[in-house]
Amino acid sequence: MTVTVAAAGEEIVIAENLKAGYSGKTVWQDASFGFDRGEFVAIIGPNGAGKTTLFRLLLGLQQPLSGTLRIFNSPPKRGNPRIGYVPQRHLIDNETNIECLELVHLALCGQRWGFHTSARVERSTALRALEAVGAADLAHRSLSALSGGELQRIFLAEALVSNPDILLLDEPLANLDIRRGRELVQLVNGVVRSRNVTALLVAHDINPLLPFLDKVVYIANGKVATGRPKEVLTSERLTALYEVQVEVIRDSRGNVAIIGIEDYHGDE
Amino acid sequence: MGFNANLLIDLQQMLQYQFMQHAFEAGTFVAIIAGIIGYFVVLRRSSFAAHALSHIGFAGAAGAVLVGVSPVFGLLLFTTVGGMGITALGPRASHRDVQIGTVLAFMLGLGVLFISLYTGYATEAYSILFGEILGISSIDVLVTAVAGLIILCIVAVVFRPLLFASLDEDVAEAKGLPMHLLGMIFMLLVALATSIAVQVVGVLLIFSLMVTPAAIASRLAKRPWRAIIASVVISLTATWLGLFIAFYEPYPVSFFITTIVFVLYLAIRFIPQSLLDRVPGKFP
Repeated sequence: MTVTVAAAGEEIVIAENLKAGYSGKTVWQDASFGFDRGEFVAIIGPNGAGKTTLFRLLLGLQQPLSGTLRIFNSPPKRGNPRIGYVPQRHLIDNETNIECLELVHLALCGQRWGFHTSARVERSTALRALEAVGAADLAHRSLSALSGGELQRIFLAEALVSNPDILLLDEPLANLDIRRGRELVQLVNGVVRSRNVTALLVAHDINPLLPFLDKVVYIANGKVATGRPKEVLTSERLTALYEVQVEVIRDSRGNVAIIGIEDYHGDE
Repeated sequence: MGFNANLLIDLQQMLQYQFMQHAFEAGTFVAIIAGIIGYFVVLRRSSFAAHALSHIGFAGAAGAVLVGVSPVFGLLLFTTVGGMGITALGPRASHRDVQIGTVLAFMLGLGVLFISLYTGYATEAYSILFGEILGISSIDVLVTAVAGLIILCIVAVVFRPLLFASLDEDVAEAKGLPMHLLGMIFMLLVALATSIAVQVVGVLLIFSLMVTPAAIASRLAKRPWRAIIASVVISLTATWLGLFIAFYEPYPVSFFITTIVFVLYLAIRFIPQSLLDRVPGKFP
């Protein structure tokens, strides 16, 4: 699979004084951050803090209230082929008896109107995307027959098939047990490193991700903290940002728990 | 004239009659269209919307009878407007059971009023509700053919985007597909297909052609094209067989069609999915 090489020094995402929300209601503000090519970034924070809002901004499904947001050096617009997206609570109806290859194939050609003839080439591209996530053996299985972990692999292939430069993965670990979750994180990490793709992954628990992360975005109480995990996830930094007493506790294995901000428990 | 063991002779006998010719022509167009559109109806879980549209069509058909034109024109008008109305309610409208149910009940009531204002009360109501394919005129056959062609052309253009939007709404939206427009086109397709299918099986039995064959087919095949072909084959078989039997037996065609698809549905339902999966797997 060919990899589009971005211009040297191209910042994949850059945000300055970004304010996000819906008309009349600010979700978070004063956010400035940047993501480079090939970075693995976790986005964490309490439920309803606005993690998905960040994705909707990047996808061009929602406009910033103020500030600037640029992706690949231009404002976000809907339908950018350089973005691969796996939405949250992405469940397939258990009556949907359609094979996996077909879904991945549609992600490649589903935007095309009318008839066309390159179906054979595209099917092999779709098959290669499935191979890339170790799911080639699921190609002809029905979507409704898959487990949660298998489904997430298929969705990842669906996002990868158009050969994107950035992956937006919204809570892919939500319905997985610890082992499947770890497998998926390793898979995403492998994709990030081998293809030099930027991945933003929304998660509720940062611990399974910590060994692999380049950056973390912590969204809570209307504010956004970004940086390397060791810099961001400290009691001092979060206390200063949120102006309430926040404690970051580390256990002997390096797991963290963030205490003091409503509804967030690292061990959950 | 009775049933002969030589089916060719039977067919020749049957097609001597113009009403049987018309019935076979219209039935064939309808079965093909219903099989195709039905697949999308099943995939989008919009069978209630299809059901509602046919009821909205009832008022149109009854109104058309009242003003003295063929019911199919009233059906086309009312289902199209109804379909656009359901789309205007919002993108998730096909799941708004209560609103749609309220409107369809009102439309049925309106249909009853129109029918009672018309003197030929009982037979007209009966044929709109349960279908009267054997009484179809050559104008109706022409309208059916034209509507069928329009539907086929639209499907040819929107096939992939509609399939993608139906299967994976969130990703399709992020990829820039016009979801609202696609929702509207889908409803328009269902409206047209329902209008012509009502002539064969009637308002109340619309499920038997618009939903059941596609539901059976989607259990048989995991690739959309194959499922659509299977769906068309099933609805064609049921329609032809239904017409064939009804020529010899004094019972309604729609009874035979609904019974054939129901029996097929039961048969497929009781075979485990794992066993069904092996069949298409042999033809990669």
